[in-house]
Amino acid sequence: MRATVLVRPKPGILDPQGQAVESSLRHLGFEVADARVGRLVDVELTTDDRDEAQAQLERMCEQLLTNPLIESYEIAFGAGA
Amino acid sequence: MTERPRIPVVVFPGSNDDRDAAQALEGLGADAPLVWHTDDALPPGTTAVVLPGGFSYGDYLRCGAIARFSPIMREVAAFAAEGGLVLGICNGFQILTEAGLLPGALRANASLSFVCRDVPLVVGSVDTPFTMRCESGQSLTIPVKHGDGCWFADSELLAELEHDGQIMLRYGAGTNPNGSIGDVAGVTNANRNVFGLMPHPEHAVDPLLGSTDGALLLGSLVDAARLSVGSLV
Repeated sequence: MRATVLVRPKPGILDPQGQAVESSLRHLGFEVADARVGRLVDVELTTDDRDEAQAQLERMCEQLLTNPLIESYEIAFGAGA
Repeated sequence: MTERPRIPVVVFPGSNDDRDAAQALEGLGADAPLVWHTDDALPPGTTAVVLPGGFSYGDYLRCGAIARFSPIMREVAAFAAEGGLVLGICNGFQILTEAGLLPGALRANASLSFVCRDVPLVVGSVDTPFTMRCESGQSLTIPVKHGDGCWFADSELLAELEHDGQIMLRYGAGTNPNGSIGDVAGVTNANRNVFGLMPHPEHAVDPLLGSTDGALLLGSLVDAARLSVGSLV
């Protein structure tokens, strides 16, 4: 079963990468109010059980994929490559 | 009583200040063997542990996020839980925050640029194993060299750490090289036996390199380790 984990800087956390991207987009003429840069991790799990996969992915996020102090995550199934 | 307290320096894949740290500690009177990250025990007679600077695991995912799961880190965590002295420098600081042994998190510098220069630092509490050779409020000059040194804590956590005197080092006013909250350069845990800092004291122990202020911090650790020899085992 394929899943995608989206990791984002939490709201209120300074995101200098997002600010640099926002500024570059403005230079290119796009009307942008805000941009934030996160990370995505595509994971292929061996289980086909959706609930089991969800539980495993949450543990992965808590233990390794995110730092809960500064990042939030979202799990999407069937997305990604 | 051991003349030279044993203070191993852990080497992770990608560590690059391990030898500098060991040499500085040896020069200050410690026995500082290098310990490989896959070792499952600290050397017998260990009185303190240093996690050195570098780029463990290529800084993949987040700095320190993967190194914290090295086998030796279980031993370091157990050692810290028993009150053992643990010092994390730069990448070592990042590893300790990721491991939950120190508060806060380290993120990309606000400038997004790697900074490498001497910075002025102000010492907070001197009532700790890491700062006892310093005077309260003393100004130190020690170099930083990092891309991810922006320490973050939310306002609630920062207030708690300030109240408890856990902010051990700050960058001098107007000199913050990375945008860290509260100009924080180094913090301890609540028990004050684990300390992490972004500046590199091991690069400031010889007048040839411009400053010997790093010896005040590392020398404090050697003194404290020597004192703790009698209390361990």
